[in-house]
Amino acid sequence: MKTYYNPEDLKKFSKIGNFQKKLADKFFDYYGEVFAEGELSAREKSLIALAVAHAIQCPYCIDAYTSDSLEKGWTEGQMMEAVHVAGAIRGGASLVHGVQMMNKVNDLTM
Amino acid sequence: MKSLLAQKHKFSDSKAQIEFLEENRGFPLFADSLKSCGIFPLKPAGIDIFQMNIGKMCNQVCKHCHVDAGPDRKEIMTRETMEICLSVIRNNPEIQTVDLTGGAPEMNPEFFWFVEEVSKLNRKIIVRCNLTIILANKKYHILPEFFKEHKVEVVSSLPFYNAQRTDSQRGEGVFEKSIRAIQMLNEVGYGKENSGLMLNLVYNPAGAFLPAAQAILEGQFKQQLSRQFGIVFNHLFTITNMPISRFLEYLIQTENYEDYMDKLISAFNPAAATGVMCRNTLSIGWDGQIYDCDFNQMLELNVSGASKHIRDFDKQSLLTREIVLNQHCFGCTAGSGSSCGGATT
Repeated sequence: MKTYYNPEDLKKFSKIGNFQKKLADKFFDYYGEVFAEGELSAREKSLIALAVAHAIQCPYCIDAYTSDSLEKGWTEGQMMEAVHVAGAIRGGASLVHGVQMMNKVNDLTM
Repeated sequence: MKSLLAQKHKFSDSKAQIEFLEENRGFPLFADSLKSCGIFPLKPAGIDIFQMNIGKMCNQVCKHCHVDAGPDRKEIMTRETMEICLSVIRNNPEIQTVDLTGGAPEMNPEFFWFVEEVSKLNRKIIVRCNLTIILANKKYHILPEFFKEHKVEVVSSLPFYNAQRTDSQRGEGVFEKSIRAIQMLNEVGYGKENSGLMLNLVYNPAGAFLPAAQAILEGQFKQQLSRQFGIVFNHLFTITNMPISRFLEYLIQTENYEDYMDKLISAFNPAAATGVMCRNTLSIGWDGQIYDCDFNQMLELNVSGASKHIRDFDKQSLLTREIVLNQHCFGCTAGSGSSCGGATT
């Protein structure tokens, strides 16, 4: 069955360089640097990436950072809490626009 | 959960496992990976560790077990074979460590006698104790004191510091019993500073993923086990699951086999390949057969050369042998490496 997302495609990510090498190289260098040990540990960054993957709903990133989080020693509970953080921010981002709606209602009504 | 043997599963025959591992799926050959870093053929560096699998019988049936151990397994090393092993250990002072594994090695009726005999030879003794055996029967309640008396280093699997992941791999209720057993070991001094009694725990992933960094995970285990249960231990060894036996069956059933092999192969680390345990270890099967490691033992891949049984032990032949390799060996060379003593780099 053909689908837009194929799990096998994740393994081909580096092949984006076949069409535009210079930019791909710059991106992957940057990506590697971002996830290296820094003021945040590589372990902490993995859990942040897992949360962000859910916020942007990227199935490739969810697969990749679920594996990576397990391999960095995070528990199922910790991983789900991180997903809830993403959910709370996404939910909050919608709800906070309720204030804009209220402002507009106030503008339009007596 | 039943052993593969009890299920009459095709993988209870090691030849079927080897055939499966060798099927062409486009994976590079392990031997070629060693060639690419100049360490083929792989040769031993010495015989420091004499690991004996003294029986496949076990009180647990763990999902990932590479031995396919369980209560139904009757393969047990005899006293006669142990006596030959004792003679080899006695006559080869370079053997520094005698490492006893199983199954649950304590279930071998000659276990207590054998440990007493080895301790007279002044070698380091390791017992790979599954913890729950200590509580399984009254006759095993003395194990912590017995280990202490013979200065045995205890190495015990605890796949995680919570029940969910431990029990999912080792069986319902195993976590709770393991915690109680560790507390009993702590009570006689194991794992405590300056006691000289070593208690090392083993983490292996409860699924198709690689272990976390050993030092980081050790810190987490120490913090969590101390906080939740007042437990102390010395070191945590992280071990990668080998794609053989029950874990191989699990990988195939969950459609994780190809991705897992990809992961092991992508993570091939030449430094880990140089430090693989088969270079300084011999593995003796319950029937006295000699292997390069416990994994080769379970695949019935005997050592090369003439010295294939402990009664024919020939140090020169063993030191000059070529180590037998197959695709499962990628498990020992992935990432930080993996051995019975944890990460190798």
